[in-house]
Amino acid sequence: MERVPILKIGDILLVSIQVDMSDETAVALQEDLAERIVATGCHGVIIDITALDIVDSFVGRMLSTIASISRVLDAETVVVGMRPAVAITLVELGLSLNGIRTALNVERGMELIAIDRADDDHHEEWDDGPVAGATASP
Amino acid sequence: MTNGVDLGRPQAQTVGSDEDVVRVRQLVRTVAVAVRLSLVDQTKVVTAASELARNTLVYGGGGTVEVTAIDNGRRPGIKIVFVDSGPGIADLDLALTDGYTTGGGLGLGLSGARRLVDEFDIQTASGQGTRITITKWSR
Repeated sequence: MERVPILKIGDILLVSIQVDMSDETAVALQEDLAERIVATGCHGVIIDITALDIVDSFVGRMLSTIASISRVLDAETVVVGMRPAVAITLVELGLSLNGIRTALNVERGMELIAIDRADDDHHEEWDDGPVAGATASP
Repeated sequence: MTNGVDLGRPQAQTVGSDEDVVRVRQLVRTVAVAVRLSLVDQTKVVTAASELARNTLVYGGGGTVEVTAIDNGRRPGIKIVFVDSGPGIADLDLALTDGYTTGGGLGLGLSGARRLVDEFDIQTASGQGTRITITKWSR
């Protein structure tokens, strides 16, 4: 079975799918990615599907599952590089890729994750305020 | 025709493993290109074939797929037949409903594949296997 390589770039894990994946390979990628997120403490995952000429319901479900797993592990997933014909086909197939964030290319995906992290840090600081206040009041 | 694809001559692929589903996709892509389907239509028919070949494997317990380049006198097209001798489908209307699944998937395989092609024919009965024929014409 082929395995899809996972690259670490700074705080981001980059997965560039370059092969026509068998279902087994897709499931293995899910598991490998979960392990790498925990092992590296990365907060962002970018899945580049530029080379994929189709996304069927199995791969679509895998992408949704990866997004959910990484969210639970405190990492954001962005799927980038979807071809126009793939997008048209996905919608007609009835797959909405719920919960998946997308960007046109890797660069924009990285920007999206960076903005997200900045927002999160901001919210965390802001959230501390009311909590601290609540403990002070009776 | 190009790429060793002859009009009217079916090319068969057995479906007995995950890797065979990948081979079906590649075969369908080759024939779809040979009959000059547009990129979007190639993508649609390969996606439909992927869904149906997976059904042949998962629900039918394996089977065969036949891919043929065809021509109806006005335009070329691609015909794909999926055959398995599995348990068949007891309630076809239900099986063709979006979101219905007995296999833990998304339930979009059969219904979604039907939307992606021009012609869709299914012959099945409980205990008698399933035979699905799909056709996509070049525009």
